Amino acid sequence: MVHVALKSISKVYPNGVRAVHPTSFDIQQGEFIVLVGPSGCGKSTLLRMIAGLEEITEGELSIAGRVVNDIDPAERDIAMVFQNYALYPHMTVYNNMAYGLRNRGMAKADIDAAVSTAATMLNLTEFLTRRPSQLSGGQRQRVAMGRAIVRNPALFLFDEPLSNLDAKLRGQMRIEIKALQRRLGVTSVYVTHDQVEAMTMADRIIVLNGGRIEQIGTPAEVYHQPASTFVASFMGAPPMNLLPAHYNGNGRVHLSETIHIEAPVSADYSGQVKLGVRPENVGIVDSSHPDALRFDLEFVEELGAGRLLHGKLGDSGLIVHIPHTDPIPGGEVYVGLPKSALVMFNHETGMRL
Amino acid sequence: MKRASFNQLGLPVWLLLPQLVIIGVFFYWPAAHAVRSSFYLEDPFGFGSTFVGWDNYAGLLASAQYVKVAVFTLGFTFLVTFFSLSIALVLAVKADKVIRGTRTYRTLLMWVYAVAPPVAGFLGVMVFYQGNGPMTEFLALFGYEFRLGVNYYDTAAAMVAVATWNHIPVNFIFFLSGLQSIPQSVKEAAMIDNRSGTRRFWDITFPLLAPTAFFLLIINITYALFDTFGMIDALVKGEPGNNPMTLVYKVYVDGFRGNDLGGSSAQSVILMVLVLVLTVFQFRVMDRRIHYT
Repeated sequence: MVHVALKSISKVYPNGVRAVHPTSFDIQQGEFIVLVGPSGCGKSTLLRMIAGLEEITEGELSIAGRVVNDIDPAERDIAMVFQNYALYPHMTVYNNMAYGLRNRGMAKADIDAAVSTAATMLNLTEFLTRRPSQLSGGQRQRVAMGRAIVRNPALFLFDEPLSNLDAKLRGQMRIEIKALQRRLGVTSVYVTHDQVEAMTMADRIIVLNGGRIEQIGTPAEVYHQPASTFVASFMGAPPMNLLPAHYNGNGRVHLSETIHIEAPVSADYSGQVKLGVRPENVGIVDSSHPDALRFDLEFVEELGAGRLLHGKLGDSGLIVHIPHTDPIPGGEVYVGLPKSALVMFNHETGMRL
Repeated sequence: MKRASFNQLGLPVWLLLPQLVIIGVFFYWPAAHAVRSSFYLEDPFGFGSTFVGWDNYAGLLASAQYVKVAVFTLGFTFLVTFFSLSIALVLAVKADKVIRGTRTYRTLLMWVYAVAPPVAGFLGVMVFYQGNGPMTEFLALFGYEFRLGVNYYDTAAAMVAVATWNHIPVNFIFFLSGLQSIPQSVKEAAMIDNRSGTRRFWDITFPLLAPTAFFLLIINITYALFDTFGMIDALVKGEPGNNPMTLVYKVYVDGFRGNDLGGSSAQSVILMVLVLVLTVFQFRVMDRRIHYT
């Protein structure tokens, strides 16, 4: 069931800057959508338009079947978690959570019940009488979550909620938020620039670049079948290898005059292409392998769980990820690029072929 | 707090000496002198003085005129503080929302601060001038005859108006910076929690401005009590007789016009005690206030 629908939503600021080009997508009931992209890609603007904090220049936004373009943020039945928590500094934790409910005219007993349920869920019960300044970063983050939960909204909006936390806490909160969202079943839109958060939390990822959608898909789709070179290099650390090559439409890709392999797709195109392959999909092979390609190993990066081999394939750089159990190859090294793991992009447009 | 320790007393005393000397010569010595004179009846021409004990104080408290001035000062301070704070707050809230021409708008609002109190007083005299002051003529349209310097209450109203007008810019600047230090995201979170802008102001914005407002309250009380001297002097100059004046102005009138140095010193001592009380009150409350950071 479609829960939130964006129809050609765009944003042009008064100074003429177009932050979001007409964008359309649907969000299903209970879905966890992550908007990801580099700074200035329009992801926050898009979220703020959904929240009603930013006016929608053109297009139509509906939440739970109701067009909300001209409806106040307070009446859109949404709850938002902000990057810097945005707690009310002069109110106790209890009042921070209860404030929105009081304004909705909820009975005192119901407010008490809602707040104490949320507090229990988030381990905040003992902090209810404290003020935000007396809490740690992680606790404040949980209060911000609590303030969103008690409202029991139709839609959760998260604006980079974890970017102010340290790495360890971030990993933990990531799991907590995801588990909570699963449990409550509330449709969520989550904005982040961290591709790990996007991969781990999303049901579907929307990759944005320059105010446009590059790709919408499940984390696996976005990772393995990137729609463009932008997505290929933005998602994954290290990013996907993109090797310049030439494609004639005859079934083979030429990485150089002498190196050529079977093309992953048979596209009706000929010209310059980029051949994409994830570092972990490149295999170290024996020189006798039919598709073995000579790899000039330059240096090795130790990651603990694995190793990154940096080097050259012909004239272009290539990163190979091997498990830590494999030995570091010595002497002449050969790699194989399995056809099933290859993707090919149009060199000019950057789109996948 | 970092603590430094010295082995001998000599060096720290030397380092503190300039400051101590300045405070001593310019603050404590005159203050002590005032306290001393307040117990003497001084000859107007400086030929001698007689110790009279608490007589000067007793005389003041028994004087109906002194009590009247004290009551006026209280009312004046209250009105000036109330109006200059509330008008400045309204202006700051509005200025905070201005999107185009913000700087020009703010600069225009701050300009008045450059007007020195005595000049403000003269401007007041001109505006409320009995003959053809624009404000006098404006009020005449409603059938009210405004008589500056003649009618006690008219003069008082002009004083309050000029003092308020002169002090709005300071309050405005502080309120505006207070408003701008409230994080945007807190205001946005409130927008999602509450649809009424007025309620949001009183629930979120105003409490977050409270530390600023309290600080300004003290500043305004001190201003109305002490810094309005020049303005009042310009307004009532020449005929202080039946006109309203503040305690500070009365110190001057009694001491320099009336040549009653003893009585005037006693008045200064009372004002010093008042400032002391105000300061203690301020620090007490400030200490208890929670700093929202």
